[in-house]
Amino acid sequence: MPVEPVVQSVPALFEPIAQLSPAAFDLPFREGYVRSTIFVSLYVSVIAVTLSTLVSIPIAILMGFIEFPGKRFVKSVINTGMGFPSVVVGLLVLFAVSNQGPLGSLNLIFTREAMIMSQFVLATPPITAISLAAITGVDDGVRDAARVLGGTRIAVALVVLKEARYGIATAVLAGFGRAISEVGSVLIVGGNITSAAGISKTRTLTTAIQLEARQGQYETAMVLGAVLVALVLTVNAVVIRLGDSGVGR
Amino acid sequence: MSIHRRRFVAALGAGAVASTAGCAQLGQGQSGDGSGGAGVAGETLTLTTTTSTYDTGLLDAIHTDFEEMYGVTVDAVAQGTGAALESARNGDSDVVMVHARGLEDEFLRNGYGVNRRDLMFNDFVIIGPEDDPAGIQGMSSATDALTAIADAEAAFVSRGDNSGTHTKELNLWEAAGTDPGGDWYQETGTGMGEALNIANQQGAYTLSDRGTFISQRSEIDLTILVQGPIEGGPEILANPYGVMAVNPGVHDNANYDLAMAYIGWITSPGVQNSISEYQVNGEQLFFPEAVSEDPDFQQYVPEGWSSDNSDA
Repeated sequence: MPVEPVVQSVPALFEPIAQLSPAAFDLPFREGYVRSTIFVSLYVSVIAVTLSTLVSIPIAILMGFIEFPGKRFVKSVINTGMGFPSVVVGLLVLFAVSNQGPLGSLNLIFTREAMIMSQFVLATPPITAISLAAITGVDDGVRDAARVLGGTRIAVALVVLKEARYGIATAVLAGFGRAISEVGSVLIVGGNITSAAGISKTRTLTTAIQLEARQGQYETAMVLGAVLVALVLTVNAVVIRLGDSGVGR
Repeated sequence: MSIHRRRFVAALGAGAVASTAGCAQLGQGQSGDGSGGAGVAGETLTLTTTTSTYDTGLLDAIHTDFEEMYGVTVDAVAQGTGAALESARNGDSDVVMVHARGLEDEFLRNGYGVNRRDLMFNDFVIIGPEDDPAGIQGMSSATDALTAIADAEAAFVSRGDNSGTHTKELNLWEAAGTDPGGDWYQETGTGMGEALNIANQQGAYTLSDRGTFISQRSEIDLTILVQGPIEGGPEILANPYGVMAVNPGVHDNANYDLAMAYIGWITSPGVQNSISEYQVNGEQLFFPEAVSEDPDFQQYVPEGWSSDNSDA
């Protein structure tokens, strides 16, 4: 299956399913529905993961280079966060952004911004933990060599970061994977809204799948599932290719 | 990456500006600026509703008209009756459209809702496998049918999600004097469509609203065993939908102007007609109830309320 333009690959995805069940092929989606749903999925996940990365990497660097009391405790908190149930995060964000909550005056309930908040909370622990593992996993010899060559602390850190870049890319991808495949919290705080014309406002691929399954439309749910998998594969391929071209430089 | 971040910040800023603008407009509205639709243009109405109105496609079919008439956006959040009312209770929606009169009345009595109107109705039907192990086919009493299912310990799928349908089911069990339990009674915690699929796979009985059953009938082997009032069945299976605005006296951020415009629009003869014309698989799903020569005053207040008794 070609991985390039996701939207164009939708008809191709339909074909095998259309053979199984012609009825499913007759009721595909309204114009712009799949595209806007993909857009919302990407918009929310990419922004959330970007913000998570901006927070996580500095934390991982600090923890990777500085010893401080309670470090093991902080580490175990982060590791626990990796397994934090998304529905619970959704509920916490809901309480925060609901009209009655501390952020109620910002009117964030049922918006993409609220979805970004919950995905930020979900994506940050895995990105931090995996980045930290990548940084601490860099061979001590590399650090020593950089130090011996007279590097400042910052220069040593940059060398270590360069060595750890694949691990960090994996961390970001893991965070992205968690964000884009997550359904519980975005459903609660986003509300799974489209316009009357079928253009997504807060409907992601995952919540669209949930909606189809709720209605017993398992074929269309499968089609959307295939789109989601194709999307994740594409993003992974792009990031890995970026990483490879980085080596060439 | 920085572009995305900027866009996010911009979006947050825009949200803040929009919310401030909303307040300013509300202020103008209160000072008697009666310039019609122009005052609400660009605003968003948040409607929390049940899965049955949304999943049948009714709302998408009719909302375009409202959006064009007022130049606004309707955000319909399909949650199930219990959750829809809870969102409204928290001030997270402007108007609710649900189908559980008992829960609606509680919502009104607690002061969260105002200006309730009867909107439309359809009915519930008891669905089951064609071989009908409990022998309920054609029974004229829904409670007798449930009692027969319980006596036969035939598999029954319950929504178990505090939705309007689930509330109705529990009321029926109570009316039947049976406390369902045991392996044959399964709470799924899912929407109607999924519950129908589960019942289908297990050859189980379930209670469904007629609309969802019709929209899914072609994909499942279950059949209607006890009809609702639309097809001459017992009145207890009636499924009336109500619509009401969130009380701006409790939640001052509620978009009350637009909520009332919505209620006025959806209970108007034209839209009531559109509701009756909405069909899935060639069948009418909802029957309008708002327009009448002889309005039922009980639609405006909690059922049984009267100005004479003091428990307002």
